[in-house]
Amino acid sequence: MKKEELFARIEKAIIEGRKSEAEDLAREAVKAKIDLTEVIEKGYVPGIQKVGDLWEKGDYFLPELITSAECMKAAMAVLQPELDKANIKTKTKGKVVIGTVEGDIHDIGKNLVASMLSANGFDVVDLGADVKLEKFIEKAEETKADFICLSALLTTTMLGQKKAIELLRQKNLYGKFKVLVGGAPANQKWAEEIGADGYAENAMLAVKLAKRLMGA
Amino acid sequence: MIKTIRPKLELLSRRFIEKIIDEAYEILDKQGIFVENKEALKLFSQAGMKVEKKTHRVHLKRRLVEKCLTTAPAVIKLYDRTGEREYTVGGDEVHFDPGSAAVTILDHKTGEERKPETKDLVDYCRLTECLDNIHFQSTGLISSDVPHPIADIYRLYFGLVFSRKPVVTGTFRVESFRPMKDLLAAVRGGDKELAAKPLAIFDACPSPPLKWSNLTTQSLIDAARAGLPSELISMGMTGATSLVTISGTLVQHVAENLCGVAIVQLAKKGAPVIFGGSPSSFDMRRGTTPMGAIETMMIDVGYAQIGKYLNLPTHAYMGLSDAKTNDAQAGLETGLGAVLGALAGVNVISGPGMLDFESCQSLEKLVIDDEICGMAYRLISGIAQREDPIATDKFEGFTPETQFLSMPHTKKWYRLEHSYPVIADRDTYDAWVALGKKPIADRASEHVEKILRSNPPALVEKDVRNELTRILTAYAKANGIASLPALP
Repeated sequence: MKKEELFARIEKAIIEGRKSEAEDLAREAVKAKIDLTEVIEKGYVPGIQKVGDLWEKGDYFLPELITSAECMKAAMAVLQPELDKANIKTKTKGKVVIGTVEGDIHDIGKNLVASMLSANGFDVVDLGADVKLEKFIEKAEETKADFICLSALLTTTMLGQKKAIELLRQKNLYGKFKVLVGGAPANQKWAEEIGADGYAENAMLAVKLAKRLMGA
Repeated sequence: MIKTIRPKLELLSRRFIEKIIDEAYEILDKQGIFVENKEALKLFSQAGMKVEKKTHRVHLKRRLVEKCLTTAPAVIKLYDRTGEREYTVGGDEVHFDPGSAAVTILDHKTGEERKPETKDLVDYCRLTECLDNIHFQSTGLISSDVPHPIADIYRLYFGLVFSRKPVVTGTFRVESFRPMKDLLAAVRGGDKELAAKPLAIFDACPSPPLKWSNLTTQSLIDAARAGLPSELISMGMTGATSLVTISGTLVQHVAENLCGVAIVQLAKKGAPVIFGGSPSSFDMRRGTTPMGAIETMMIDVGYAQIGKYLNLPTHAYMGLSDAKTNDAQAGLETGLGAVLGALAGVNVISGPGMLDFESCQSLEKLVIDDEICGMAYRLISGIAQREDPIATDKFEGFTPETQFLSMPHTKKWYRLEHSYPVIADRDTYDAWVALGKKPIADRASEHVEKILRSNPPALVEKDVRNELTRILTAYAKANGIASLPALP
């Protein structure tokens, strides 16, 4: 198979959300010893970008979006060890530590954002739900993260977003990480009020916001 | 006289209901269900169920749940604050209550949602008290001027001080049940008296899929032991936290609720429990949970039918809207929900007043919805024969000049046969123009003000009030809250 044909097939597999095909094509690329960064840049990335376009046009809904994001994840799981072996650093759009704040067990929204960020080239550490505020900061320090993303579904737990920022100030770390907030009760005003760097209403907008904040 | 038919809506065949229940039992047994509460796990273990201690997974046997269903009462009685008025929750009785735990209130003057404060809570309790078609009140607003640890008990306090109606409520923290129960007992004059005449329903939600959290499980156990009814609020979101099909969501809903019934009955045999829920059709575009979606209402009607089949009282979140203001969508979705819920014979219907996905209360909407609920009640009362013969005798000596308006028959029946709304616009075009072409929300707002102005608060007796205040302030103090907003 020609390189171009492989890239086109990869792109299509991502757009149409066929996981095993996305994985198989990754293996094929490895076997054929094609430059893997090129495979990612010319096959997978255009695929997920088209998925974003289809979402914006209103053709794609959440199930298509998430299926494609999972295909990306599966393919990257094949490619990453090879990249590591060859000591090739892929360009990451940014490092993200994400989770639902303590006392809150809701994780659908957070999962959507984590998947979409990851599919769009961000390095995502997902801490899960009901995460202690200290944990976010510890992990962000440890991984030298660019972003801390705090999710909350309840008005009672959204206070955790505020407290996390207070905690960053106390530790003299405020400004070191970009803090993004999301979840049903949050909004732009709330983000500004508590001193967060941004708020996004949905997963696709979160990707846009994160890219913008990274200057991409 | 020919018997009046109570119009009834059913969406499932008997065979379909039984299949849904069978599959729910199979999941409870084979996959099990997560119960993150030590006491409940112990109860299950003692009842001979297989409990995986590390994962909190319980494998529930059908025979145990079926035994629990035989001890759960089919009909529950609730009593108002005076203990005199009795409400039957069961059969096809329908009681509306405002949607509860709103985190914002729609400010009619600004047209914006804002955080509610104590004054809003008081107005809301007083208004609910005055609306005839809203039988129960609910702890409907979360007051933002008190700290979170007492937010749940605070709203119950005002409900009891300013309204006689039974309350639909719930806990936000495990520790809150005790003081909330104490408030209710203070009204009744003791725990025993409270159990004999329950004044409140406690909502408890499983966390889909197939999990009961520590908080809500404890609420089930505590309420059962206090003799207070629990309302099981399963809330699968189609395709997000439950299967995407309506029937698949119903299977999970039934499994979660059956586990709830078992917890209640194991905690105290014969304790009252209501088969309720707040599921929703999940919007695959926006990731939101529309309560006004017709599919949401179909799930509600479906599980209510199953609840009835299981011989349990039922509940649903219907008669509410996802609109952000009192517009056509608000009326449409609320009207549909109230009518469908009433036709389905759902015993407790929570929703009136609510906008924006069960998050925003509007006093204006509450009075509009009271009228909608009135229409739903009228519908289910059906077409009655009234007299025998129906008409022939009234037509004796009929001429073109026969006057219907002055007929004694008319005067006798017109108020019973027809309703006369105060908010819906039934004016002529010219009269509507002369009255300033007011939109419904403006007319509703005037009505809210009129009700609050002309009805003195239905205050609880002074010594009871003092006791309620003592319990509230003691609990606030125990939580490190030195002062509360000035209590009106």
